[in-house]
Amino acid sequence: MRRRTETEREHLERIALNPLSQTGRGYYFLVAFLAAVVLWGAYAFFTQLRFGLVTTGMRDQVFWGLYIVNFVFFIGISHAGTLISAILRVTQAGWRTPVTRMAEMITVTAISIGALMPIIDLGRPDRVWNMVVFGRFQSPLLWDILSIASYLTGSIIYLYLPLIPDLALMRDRLGQDASLIKRKILTWLSIGWRNTPEQHHRLEKAIGIMALTIIPVAISVHTVVSYIFSMVMRPGWNSSVFGVYFVIGAIFSGIASIIIVMAIFRKLYHLEQYITERHFRNLGWLLLTSLLLYLYLAVSEYLTIGYKLEIEDKHLLELLMVGPDAFLFWFFVFGGLVIPALLIIIRRGPVIPRLVIAAVLINIAMWVKRFLVVIPTLKVPLMPFEFGAYTPTWVEWSITAAAFAAFILIFAILAKFIPLLSIWEVAEGGEKKAPSKLLETIERVGLTQEEVEAMVASEALRRRQGGR
Amino acid sequence: MPEKGKARRIDRREFIKRSAGALGLAAITASPLVAVVNRVKAANGLNGAISQQANAKGKQARAWTMIIDLKKCDGCVIINAPAQCTQACINGHFAPVGQEWIQVYTVELPGGGTTFLPTPCYQCENAPCVNVCPVAATYHNEDGVVLIDHKRCIGCRMCMAACPYHRRFFNWSTPELPPEAALATYSPHYPVPAVKGTVIKCMFCAHLLHDGKLPLCVIGCPMKALYMGDLNEDVATNGREVVQLSKFLDENDAYRYKENLGTQPRVYYLPGHGQEFGRSAQDPRKMIPPVWNYGGLGFDYEVQPFTWKKVPK
Repeated sequence: MRRRTETEREHLERIALNPLSQTGRGYYFLVAFLAAVVLWGAYAFFTQLRFGLVTTGMRDQVFWGLYIVNFVFFIGISHAGTLISAILRVTQAGWRTPVTRMAEMITVTAISIGALMPIIDLGRPDRVWNMVVFGRFQSPLLWDILSIASYLTGSIIYLYLPLIPDLALMRDRLGQDASLIKRKILTWLSIGWRNTPEQHHRLEKAIGIMALTIIPVAISVHTVVSYIFSMVMRPGWNSSVFGVYFVIGAIFSGIASIIIVMAIFRKLYHLEQYITERHFRNLGWLLLTSLLLYLYLAVSEYLTIGYKLEIEDKHLLELLMVGPDAFLFWFFVFGGLVIPALLIIIRRGPVIPRLVIAAVLINIAMWVKRFLVVIPTLKVPLMPFEFGAYTPTWVEWSITAAAFAAFILIFAILAKFIPLLSIWEVAEGGEKKAPSKLLETIERVGLTQEEVEAMVASEALRRRQGGR
Repeated sequence: MPEKGKARRIDRREFIKRSAGALGLAAITASPLVAVVNRVKAANGLNGAISQQANAKGKQARAWTMIIDLKKCDGCVIINAPAQCTQACINGHFAPVGQEWIQVYTVELPGGGTTFLPTPCYQCENAPCVNVCPVAATYHNEDGVVLIDHKRCIGCRMCMAACPYHRRFFNWSTPELPPEAALATYSPHYPVPAVKGTVIKCMFCAHLLHDGKLPLCVIGCPMKALYMGDLNEDVATNGREVVQLSKFLDENDAYRYKENLGTQPRVYYLPGHGQEFGRSAQDPRKMIPPVWNYGGLGFDYEVQPFTWKKVPK
């Protein structure tokens, strides 16, 4: 008797679920290394708590530094999930399905890390509760707290909802030797999912509602982050375009992050069959679109202040374009906009490395850009005194490194508990090629691939003849 | 009975659901209550005490205003001393190096000469710092002085970003203070000793004003260039002469710094360059930096990148 070959569904499940049960040695090394970096950052934070913010490079003139830069950066890449999954879901772009889960995971992870940053930046993190007890709605910081909290809650729900069928699948696939705790947790998390049509209908509805809800929340988040800056009278910040500028910048760096994460897990988890070059190409075009939008906003931002040249704006532009921050500024312009655009437009060489290089460049440049938004503005003197200076100390660099390590760490741990592909959605996408009842029958009967192909061919022949 | 059993099971479920809901609701409704209680507590504290005393004495609220006559301000170069307003303020408030609450800047004039510009906190009526504070730690008191409650401030530095005059400073660590500072009891009117991780600034010496005394800088100015006044009573004094505030401002071409920003500062400048004491605008003499006889380096002793081997004093 011939052993029947693996069906498409089984292959998908194997590819998506295997990494959850099999863990290599490299994984433990990675986790240990990342945990060490995070612990080092915790030590740096402890030092900062002990001696105060004097341990940082911030002083009265440049009183915000790397923490705020990281805050804006992480909140920025958290827009990955929303854009890819919510916008593409609402617009019913079918190719999105293998990408959505990773994008949503980026969102949840990035926003958790990003939200910690301003708390680390506080002079009195022990009093953060005052924001709740004495909160004033007139303050842009409170808008931040509200919208980031809603965004975090919303994106956790939005990650969880499409996860339910997959959790149920994991529950059903547990072996005899699975621990009781694991079984209980999975049973609890999959809240009685039995894959009935009604459950399906309800789930689709809930996901649809969340997709629509989360888009305005996401836009509000980055708008409000920009309001921290644009609500005060400082050169470069005093701008009405800032909200849009930040939102587009967030989407821009978000797409770049998805491309990087996709490429890494495609390689590590052997997802070549599901995440194809087409996904990269499509994301590449989205990336180019947001790049061009960002370029447009950047040009209008600098042109409008550069044409009028108010004295403080003039100081700022001098700092940026010819002064001490010029290297970073021109790196942003060329490394973050020009070269990536060329890499996307000139289609020579393999797609994936090309786009990954562009995405890495963009993410570095966007971090630099956030640095350039925060620090040079604060260097500009508001009174008749000298320019300010800022050099981050080891404490700030350590906490920054820890933030990035924590981002990867949380992602790596999540990737061990959650299938990186939305199995049911990918399977559904595949089923659309053939009537689903037929596929179910095939699975139940256990036909070989050749038999199925023969059947499909004869069915097609019969239909064609029947049509005539 | 099976029906009863079923009903009981649903009841228990309902019970858990409802009690969880009730707890949640209670928590949500109680949280503003906590805020209200805290506000009442705060109101019964210092601010309340002052307004109650003011009411008891039948006083009306003040609108404290400072007038700085630049015609009389020579930056103390003529007497060859550090700016005495800054010095008096440092001696009274122990503000560390680089955080002088009333700093005197040298401003270049169009013809190449210089004038001196003493800059206290402007106590803006439409204060950007008060607008952006997320926890209402900075506020106007009943006399229009912008105060900071250092027991509430979370140190987010949003107010420093908002202040267009750079008149707010941050306690980056526990400041270095002379022994006599230990005698002071903290209040928002007299924030000594300063609290680590909070924002600090000039308070117009609200503790002295309250007792009917002039601020330290006004008393300290040897040229009597600084006037303290009350917009409501339309009167101002530099400790030697008493003037009618509105007339004095009009007749001396008073202006407010960065008036176009709409912050409505309560500090007026009378233009000049120290000519009343014979200082020429072209006078090349530079200002002498103030003296901190107790060290005064504060927390700012570690300007270089801070390594973990160096344990601060």
